[in-house]
Amino acid sequence: MKKEQLKAENYKLCNIDQVKVDEILDKYPTTRKASAVIPLLHYVQKKSNGWLPVPEIERVAEILDMPYMKVYEVASFYTMFNLKPVGKKLLQLCHTTPCWLRGSDQIEKSIYDTLKIKDGETTPDDMFTLMKVECLGACVNAPILQINDDYYEDLDYKSTKELLNKIKTKKNIKPGSVIGRKSSEPYDKNGNVNVTK
Amino acid sequence: MDELRNINITIDGIEISVPQGSTVLQACEAAGAEIPRFCYHEKLSVAGNCRMCLVEMERSPKPIASCAMPASDGMIIKTSSEMVEKARKGVMEFLLINHPLDCPICDQGGECDLQDQALYFGKGETRFENSKRAVSDKNMGPLIKTTMTRCIHCTRCVRFANEVAGVEDLGATGRGENVEISTYLEKAVTSELSGNLVDLCPVGALTSKPYQFVARPWELTKTESVDVMDAIGSNIRIDSRDGKVLRILPKNNESINEEWISDKSRYAIDGLSKQRLDTPFVKINNKLQRVSWDEAFEVINSKISKISNENCVGVVGNQVENEAIFAFRELFKKLNLNKILPFQKKLTFSKENRSNYLFNSKIEGLDKCDYLLLIGANPRVDSAILNARIRKNYIHRDLKISSISSQKFDLKFNHEYLGSDVKILTSILEKKHEISNDFEKANFPMIIIGDEVLQNDSSLDIQKVSTSILKKFGGFKKNWNGFNILHNYASTVGAIDILSEYSDYNHSAFKNDINKNLIKFVYLLNADDFDFDISNCFVIYQGHHGDKGAQLADVILPGAAYTEKEGSYTNLEGRVQYSQRATFPPGDAKEDWTILRALSEKLGKKLDFDNLLQLREIMFSSKTMLKFDENIYSSEPKIITKSDFKSSKLNYENKNFFMTCPISRCSSTMAECSQVNG
Repeated sequence: MKKEQLKAENYKLCNIDQVKVDEILDKYPTTRKASAVIPLLHYVQKKSNGWLPVPEIERVAEILDMPYMKVYEVASFYTMFNLKPVGKKLLQLCHTTPCWLRGSDQIEKSIYDTLKIKDGETTPDDMFTLMKVECLGACVNAPILQINDDYYEDLDYKSTKELLNKIKTKKNIKPGSVIGRKSSEPYDKNGNVNVTK
Repeated sequence: MDELRNINITIDGIEISVPQGSTVLQACEAAGAEIPRFCYHEKLSVAGNCRMCLVEMERSPKPIASCAMPASDGMIIKTSSEMVEKARKGVMEFLLINHPLDCPICDQGGECDLQDQALYFGKGETRFENSKRAVSDKNMGPLIKTTMTRCIHCTRCVRFANEVAGVEDLGATGRGENVEISTYLEKAVTSELSGNLVDLCPVGALTSKPYQFVARPWELTKTESVDVMDAIGSNIRIDSRDGKVLRILPKNNESINEEWISDKSRYAIDGLSKQRLDTPFVKINNKLQRVSWDEAFEVINSKISKISNENCVGVVGNQVENEAIFAFRELFKKLNLNKILPFQKKLTFSKENRSNYLFNSKIEGLDKCDYLLLIGANPRVDSAILNARIRKNYIHRDLKISSISSQKFDLKFNHEYLGSDVKILTSILEKKHEISNDFEKANFPMIIIGDEVLQNDSSLDIQKVSTSILKKFGGFKKNWNGFNILHNYASTVGAIDILSEYSDYNHSAFKNDINKNLIKFVYLLNADDFDFDISNCFVIYQGHHGDKGAQLADVILPGAAYTEKEGSYTNLEGRVQYSQRATFPPGDAKEDWTILRALSEKLGKKLDFDNLLQLREIMFSSKTMLKFDENIYSSEPKIITKSDFKSSKLNYENKNFFMTCPISRCSSTMAECSQVNG
């Protein structure tokens, strides 16, 4: 843990909705408040630009009457909690075996060629951060790229580039399969969906 | 508690019976089978993460972690089968994948669990060819040196900090290969018990900073002794080499300190070699000059004709052993003097009955007590070990604790704060306060009275009301006495025991005498913490450090510190414990009772003993109360007070845990600690 990286002077806490916090806390017994630590961290992370600065971790600890260190342990254990700032669009690229076999390396290359970022890096305009992650659980539509909360499926070098360029130029993008599959129905070599035998 | 049923379990063909609730590991130990372990520790919760304690259980396809497996009836365990040996070799090989082989430059070398167990249970060679992982060192304050690459993640330190010390700053961050033990934001560990982390660490990840690269364990002479930094009387082991005390470790005593000692007990020892008085001094022309023992005694002898009972006072310090106090008393007796102050501060006890000023429930009584009221006590500062014991019962038995004190102290356990006015005690006694219910429900109620009460003007009244409350709510019965005084200093109880029948001279009488300019001669026996002005008196200082007492002295007689003499100390429970000599006092300094004996001869009033055995014989024959009774006295204290109980606020006295005696004030380690914690 690097002090300078986590210690934010004059940090202004993000706005959180007390109703939402209570909603999360209500799901757990009042004597077991600490059980709410993961959902609460998720909520706060979403509210504070996708990462958890130290003051936010301490705020969660105070809400749950937990020692700071205990919350920090949780936040540092799970890879889905970011302890460093991330860009507005967090690209989580799956590189577990099925996605890798279906060409996740090409997508990584495409991201590098378009945005000049490697695993763990952020673009200078704080727009994109790339993170290589383990299985996202959508292997049937491999390879997968998760952008913030949405999955983009059936990608290749070209479609990834297009996708990223659309985001860059603030055009609308549609989550899901980029070749138009509705779920995991088969498609032919040319990428045409709805092929019937 | 219900009587626990015993269960039968077979270990390596031996059938034994263990209490229900034991783990397989405890059963194996009871059967005499040695189980290697890293993460398991008797005093901490079970983590089960090092896997070193694997044993074979019949009908189980896999070896089981014996520390985490409850023993059950009919289990058949093998601790040295081929499967177990293979499992141990495998675990050891995994542990050594990332553990550096830097034993020659590691302070733990020679007393390292990993080193020993790798020798006995390891494979002897590695199949791992890649590079080992490296972890950056963490800052854990002035006492703990970290080499985190050596850490095997047993989490003993994390569990100790959370469970025993009550500082929740320590934790394991990251996951998998990237786990690191760290303090929150790398702050220093702010606990009075942090030194115990060093003892707990089974490898060289946490080692003692003041002791780094000083010695190897096999070079040290080990002396088992008693600590004098507080009134608890923790059992310690003094490790010394070439006449120098190099470190102090705790010695297990379940009745007192369990396995822990406070940081002051452990680390104040560098003060033992600083500012020592190594030769007698006499003030000549307003300047202290080195002299021989004979010359120093001669100066005292020349004054003897002017000394009378009115103008001479003896003051006993905070860390004096019973033998010296006794010899001091005998010397005063021979000289027909009876003004001896047993302690330096204004503390008001009633001395009629021994249970008036003892910790009657005993420290072990805390494990039985079910309601605790602290009055004017801050056990975290006054005796950190006792505080850990209270916390243990708070954690494991949900002990309810309330406190009345000048302010709400951070005691590292939750307690109900009842304000600073002791008037509340009257309403508790009259059952007008909700606390009365807690007292009523409790089978073994306990009251601990601390410094803030003892220094208060209505100290005796408060003590009296406390005994009335206890009497009303069953605080005195067979094998239970709930009345406890929390003493601060190692010699207070011993001094009261020895001096109470001889002299009833007290602090306020002394202040009066000083103000009337009656006092001309003061004999300070290791006394450095007094708050009275004796600059106009002829002062004899007998002690080991050039502290406050020596600065005012006209004659200095150099004595021995607690590691340099054999002596007995009576702790706050009234338990007499013997300390042993680990090193010799520096230069011409002598053991305290021998100085008094030699002085008496010079003054022509020879004391009746020639050696320590004779002294002890006389001391114990004249004082039955110096003998410790393991049983709890159920006799209630008899506190006599003339005044009526009135409302009184307790006053706060700022105390620095790390600097309470000449030794700790001279210690640079303690200075650093008080800076970090201050």
